Amino acid sequence: MIPTWAQLLYLFGAVCFILALKGLSGPKTARNGNLIGAFAAVLACAIPFFYKQPNGEHLHHVPLIVAAIALGTIGGVYGARTVQMTQMPQMVALFNGVGGGAAALVALLELHEIVEFDSGIAKFTLVATAFTILVGSVSFAGSIITFAKLQELMTSRPVVIPGFPILFGGGFVAAVVLSVLLVHEPKMWLGIVIGLLGLLVGVLLVLPVGGADVPIVISLLNAFTGLTVAAGGYVLSNTLLLVAGTLVGASGTFLTLLMANAMGRSVTNILFGALKGGSTLGGGEVSDRPVKSAGPEDVAIMLAYAERVIIVPGYGLAVAQAQHTLRELVDVLTARGAEVDYAIHPVAGRMPGHMNVLLAEAQVPYEQLVEMDDINDDFKDADVVLVVGANDVVNPAARNTPSAPIYGMPILNADQAKQVVFLKRSMRPGFAGIENELLFEPQTTLLFGDAKDTLSKVLSAVKAL
Amino acid sequence: MSESVVWLTIFILSVFVGIEVISKVSSTLHTPLMSGANAIHGVILLGAILVTGSTDNNIALVVGLIAIVLAAVNMVGGFVVTDRMLQMFVRKKSPAKPAQGSAEGADK
Repeated sequence: MIPTWAQLLYLFGAVCFILALKGLSGPKTARNGNLIGAFAAVLACAIPFFYKQPNGEHLHHVPLIVAAIALGTIGGVYGARTVQMTQMPQMVALFNGVGGGAAALVALLELHEIVEFDSGIAKFTLVATAFTILVGSVSFAGSIITFAKLQELMTSRPVVIPGFPILFGGGFVAAVVLSVLLVHEPKMWLGIVIGLLGLLVGVLLVLPVGGADVPIVISLLNAFTGLTVAAGGYVLSNTLLLVAGTLVGASGTFLTLLMANAMGRSVTNILFGALKGGSTLGGGEVSDRPVKSAGPEDVAIMLAYAERVIIVPGYGLAVAQAQHTLRELVDVLTARGAEVDYAIHPVAGRMPGHMNVLLAEAQVPYEQLVEMDDINDDFKDADVVLVVGANDVVNPAARNTPSAPIYGMPILNADQAKQVVFLKRSMRPGFAGIENELLFEPQTTLLFGDAKDTLSKVLSAVKAL
Repeated sequence: MSESVVWLTIFILSVFVGIEVISKVSSTLHTPLMSGANAIHGVILLGAILVTGSTDNNIALVVGLIAIVLAAVNMVGGFVVTDRMLQMFVRKKSPAKPAQGSAEGADK
């Protein structure tokens, strides 16, 4: 039996996690919320070293365990400190994946204990064990593929394998059947095979998802891992794990729906849309239709004499590390009397809220970042809209072309502005791989080149005026 | 009330709490929230410690230690990276509030 003091501390930890999530959902309290969560997690992991386990003994192998924790801590801190803000989505995916993997391994070990010593175990505990092994491995494999896609270790385009439904469905059904067998009679090999099938299902789940939708998948897998941890908590009779896992599972699912909503898509459509051939338009071809391009000086003149300028920043801005130059340009324009705002699409960047993080890094004042719903009516009054490294979030195909993969996604109304300037490296389509009609409109001007380079040229040209 | 019903009660209530606490989150904070929630489920480290500490089988010990390393990466890395993001959110606001709290941000 776990001593009462330890149970009370676990309860305390659970309360801290609730406060942590609550804190994380408000801008003022977010940092403290995270710190409360970290405190609770460290406290919780220290507790088991101080009481006798149900087998009547203290924990064994303490030095090895501490060494393993130290190793993981070093790895985690190193990754977290060195990652670029632009690479945040894949970092979260990776952390989520290893968490899911850990949960699956924990459940396998618990299964081993059950097989060896505990034949009279409650059936529901076995259900939870099988669930943890299966979903934990799905989350692990899925997150690794997500990581590979975002890190561009593999193509970010949807990958559709022939016979996919049979493979995916077959793998999933086989895993469920084996889980039923495992509940009926626990065997170690069943657990291992379920884990392997979980890896297969996880890989297949993420392969058909297009690059632009991957963030939703990260959020979904995050929720999966949460539920896995909750089930693991039930298996180990640990209330804290149950509560923490369930909190993350529930809030993660809710967050996934929120994000999918922001993109105007359903979660099933995101996961399996490519299988229905819905992304035929997303061929990623480069068009040779004529566009109007200009030099930095022309753009400088347009900007310098505009009264209302709206900036639409995208992932390309961050990749070029041009956010600081952009801020300087905005400062100069503001000093000349123009009204300048940043229009932040909810999924600008590679993950919802990602652009806010990136611009925060460049110390752009919070008040200049305006969310989509609040600024969309202002575009028609804007003299110049400057689109820096963004594409899909201003693509009118989301409104007009039902067959486009991004159809239905709310977009910024940049096409209503008097003039639109795109800073682009090339005519290559955006992350969703579809051509942007706005590029060919008469009010649109293109300025080709690396965003940082062209922005500094525009900046010095504006200063010279 | 049987023990499994107690567990079920905790589970169901936690589901509602989980949804309720984040229901008003703005899209600005989606990334840090996802990352922070991600760190919280890293507390599976506790489970990994419990199973590893009560096994006497060598293979199980090795697997358990691997689970501990993975879980620690998830938990510690998750909290640190979330803090790094949120730090920037706080810093960018401080100029708007004159003088107050500027000392603590000055350490780097």
